[in-house]
Amino acid sequence: MTIQPVVQVTGLQQGYGQKIVLSDIDLTLKRGQILALIGPSGAGKTTLIRTIMGMMRPRAGQVLVFNQAVPDRLLLARIGFMAQTDALYESLTGAENLTFFAKMQGVGHEEMTKQLTYAANVVNLQSALDQPVKNYSGGMKRRLSLAIALISKPPLLILDEPTIGIDPELRRKIWEELHRLAHDQGTAIILTTHVMADAEEADILMMIRNGTAIAQGTPTQLKADYQTNSIEAVFLAAGRQQDAH
Amino acid sequence: MRINAMISRIFKEMIRDKRTLALMFIAPLFIMTLIFFLFQSNTNTKVDLGVRGVATPIVKALDTDRIRIHHVGHEKPTTLIKNRDYAGVLTQKGDKLTLLLANADQSQSAIVKQTLQAATIKLKMQAAATAIKTQAAALQKLASALKQASHGAAQVSPPQPSSATASYQITTHYRYGSANSTYFDTLLPILIGFIVFFFVFLISGIALLRERTTGTLYRLLATPVRRGEIIGGYLLGYGIFALVQTILIVGYTLLVFKIEILGNIGAIFLINLLLALTALSLGLLISTFANTEFQMLQFIPLVVIPQIFFTGLIPVNQMLGWLQPIARLMPLYYGANALTGIITKGQSLSVLYPDIIALLGFFLLFLSLNLITMRQYRQV
Ligand SMILES: Nc1ncnc2c1ncn2[C@@H]1O[C@H](COP(=O)(O)OP(=O)(O)O)[C@@H](O)[C@H]1O
Ligand SMILES: [Mg+2]
Repeated sequence: MTIQPVVQVTGLQQGYGQKIVLSDIDLTLKRGQILALIGPSGAGKTTLIRTIMGMMRPRAGQVLVFNQAVPDRLLLARIGFMAQTDALYESLTGAENLTFFAKMQGVGHEEMTKQLTYAANVVNLQSALDQPVKNYSGGMKRRLSLAIALISKPPLLILDEPTIGIDPELRRKIWEELHRLAHDQGTAIILTTHVMADAEEADILMMIRNGTAIAQGTPTQLKADYQTNSIEAVFLAAGRQQDAH
Repeated sequence: MRINAMISRIFKEMIRDKRTLALMFIAPLFIMTLIFFLFQSNTNTKVDLGVRGVATPIVKALDTDRIRIHHVGHEKPTTLIKNRDYAGVLTQKGDKLTLLLANADQSQSAIVKQTLQAATIKLKMQAAATAIKTQAAALQKLASALKQASHGAAQVSPPQPSSATASYQITTHYRYGSANSTYFDTLLPILIGFIVFFFVFLISGIALLRERTTGTLYRLLATPVRRGEIIGGYLLGYGIFALVQTILIVGYTLLVFKIEILGNIGAIFLINLLLALTALSLGLLISTFANTEFQMLQFIPLVVIPQIFFTGLIPVNQMLGWLQPIARLMPLYYGANALTGIITKGQSLSVLYPDIIALLGFFLLFLSLNLITMRQYRQV
């Protein structure tokens, strides 16, 4: 049995209206790999995520998820998604939000309680689950959004800026859980960030600037290629190269 | 399963939103009560009428419990009306009566005109009665003359055939309502339809708008839910609230206003449900053209208010010819027509099926437009 990549993007072009936002994007993500999309805001990270999820039809090129061309509604059942902006029902409690989205995602009745406890534990929200979300702080909302992404135990996790507003200690805990999921469950993970420290944790990096991938590879390989010892320096060097062309 | 989760979520949100609950369930009762009292017209109102040089029998006939007579001097009638706020001034010159009406309030004008008409009839009847008396006297004369005539020929002129009519007694029967019916009875079915339409339109539209602006709609579409399940959840969730609202309004009408509903109450629920579904699907559709709650409110004068005028508040068949077809474009026209038919005329659904078909048509049209517009957020 050949191992199919979880996500395969080839020659993708994407845009809104007349505007082209992404071009010539190629990427492959396998089971158990963590991919970090890094780049300044407006680079096109969220657009790439939307396309992989099938919320937008590709302008050109192909996107396969679990060997299935997007857009495909049923694929969404296998993707755990955390949006860049918290989208929560403010008058419902944390637990009610989790349960609602779990049901939407197709989590069965038997697993509900177990999954709810697990997801709340990862983000340290157990004690606040019965409070309405309107009483949550910004960081708590972020954590609840992450818990919602985790609740259906999806084989593919897509997290848009998951670490914003999260304190270093919890950030550490979340990364440990992501590594555990990738290693033990074979979960494939895509996340976007503009924090270089997050980039260091990933298996593969894709640096996006002005809609194109300026550098792609494992952190060690990239640092070697650009002869620097930090991801930040790789990004700056790759950016200068892009401007020179 | 997903649709159940949608409905129970909508219920939780609604029940925790006390202000919206009050808007949906208490405000309609308040409005209906207010309108009920507004139309309990005070029948003791007297209208002021100035008279000058009018023959006494006429003045006497006019002096009823609805009119307060003022004998006025030589001021001009227009000045009298302006300065003394009379409803009208009646003057007589020779055998010519002239009535000047203020006409600032048509109901006062109507009272003066009705009373004057009644007075004219009364006077005519009196004249006729006098004529009959004369006739009777003539007949008696004739009879005695005839008696004498049996003895010999007598010459008596026969009485003139009188133009006088016998005095009729009028009994009025009411096919719908009773002598106690007020305009409120006419208004009530329209009001019920309007309340259901308006509140459901507004509340569901704003709910979907909020879902869109807070990003939860987009987040929802990142799950394998069908677009139809989202819309279906909204329709069922708010549809149930609309039914509860209908139960409350109809119950209140029966218990507090003691208004008789001639038709089937089940039929009222069916029409209200259809109206609510139409309002819901229209509200959801309109909300996609609004970016803020204020923008949603801006659609009310455009979408809701024109419909009020075509509900039968102003009889549609008396409107200008080119205006009448416009009524056919308004869901509320059909809803109000059906509710009026059920409540005041006791019509059954088999008579009202064109209204039902029209409402269903609107609902299906708006529903499919909703499914299309939701495509912009997710293409499958
Ligand atoms: N819905 C949209 N309509 C039009 N342009 C958009 C839309 N969303 C994003 N863009 C544009 O696409 C570009 C990439 O945006 P985005 O993918 O959100 O970047 P990032 O997530 O990397 O910050 C930006 O220039 C942004 O203005
Ligand atoms: Mg982004």
